[in-house]
Amino acid sequence: MASEGLHEPLELLNEATVDHHRAMTSLCEELEAIDWYDQRVRATSDESLAAVLAYNRDDEKEHAAMALEWLRRRDSALDANLRKFLFTSGPITEIGDEVSDDASDPVTDQSGSLGIGSLKGRA
Amino acid sequence: MNHLLRNLAPISDSGWDAIDQEATSRLPTYLAARKLVDFSGPHGWSHSSTDLGRIATIAGPSEGVTAAQRRVLPLMEVRTEFRVSRIELDDVERGTTNPDLPELDEAIRQIALGENVTVFHGHQAAGLRGITESTSHEPIPLDRDVERSPDGVARAVDTLRQAGIDGPYGLAICPDLYTRIIESAEYGGHLLLDHLRKILGGPLVWTPGIEGGVVLSLRGGDFQFDSGQDLSIGYLDHDADVVRLYIEESFSFRVLEPDAAVALRLET
Repeated sequence: MASEGLHEPLELLNEATVDHHRAMTSLCEELEAIDWYDQRVRATSDESLAAVLAYNRDDEKEHAAMALEWLRRRDSALDANLRKFLFTSGPITEIGDEVSDDASDPVTDQSGSLGIGSLKGRA
Repeated sequence: MNHLLRNLAPISDSGWDAIDQEATSRLPTYLAARKLVDFSGPHGWSHSSTDLGRIATIAGPSEGVTAAQRRVLPLMEVRTEFRVSRIELDDVERGTTNPDLPELDEAIRQIALGENVTVFHGHQAAGLRGITESTSHEPIPLDRDVERSPDGVARAVDTLRQAGIDGPYGLAICPDLYTRIIESAEYGGHLLLDHLRKILGGPLVWTPGIEGGVVLSLRGGDFQFDSGQDLSIGYLDHDADVVRLYIEESFSFRVLEPDAAVALRLET
């Protein structure tokens, strides 16, 4: 079985959907690991252990970013939202309002895209 | 609303869903190049060029001042127009799940073929050089008798290894040869397709638009497809009978490592 987390019968899902699920599951696991490491860093009174755990925690952030980027390249709606919110500085909810009130940004707007993206590995 | 002007078309949400689903279900079959090269983006419609990270020396603007100009590779916009019957769109509203969209199907085939041709053979008018034009290796003859094709493929893989290019390797092959390969069994009943996959360590890809074939490394970092706007459907105009639409994309392509591919040329 590809994963215990599938909510629909495997025979009803195509290969791309299952790969998406694998990536999303990995992303969730990486984020959970960051949270767990972070709690352990705060909880321990041993400074050397805290340093090791903090190092490991930040390593998981790289893994999470890689999984997220894989998903972004294959999901045009996710791509559009990440472009809308990431690396901005104002209040987040106002950024969302500004964009939705002001129609879409013609620079980054991917609406209308068929979301094909990379097909490498799908031969 | 962006430049695709989809909101101006007399097409309901369910009509657009039917058109988009038809396109997304068929495109991956034809888009062979994307199964073998790296894909960067999509960077959006306003993405106009690919940075090459190089300069060209030019005359300085005044005495004692030297100058250089950054080099970029402009993206190419490609578009194929098609028509959709308004009767078919009305039937989608009535609940039909299999609208007849023959011109869309042909437009999909055409634009995908254009993408494959550009990646493998280039497009001079746009200044894009394809894999077969850029490879540093001499083409390897490929016997038209497909049962002897493992010889040419093995030689191509050996050429890449000798050049220090790691695998796995993939084979883009023209549709006629692909069909004959999957129909063939070698001596002993083993499928020719399986034999070729073992030689390559990677896939054989049915590639409409390619001449002969290309064996290339799939290790990554050797071939870059830079997508501005990924394949999208936009609106042109309409009358009482049909809606005119188009499928469009913008992209550039470049070979970063000319040693990483070998062309297979069909023997005449």
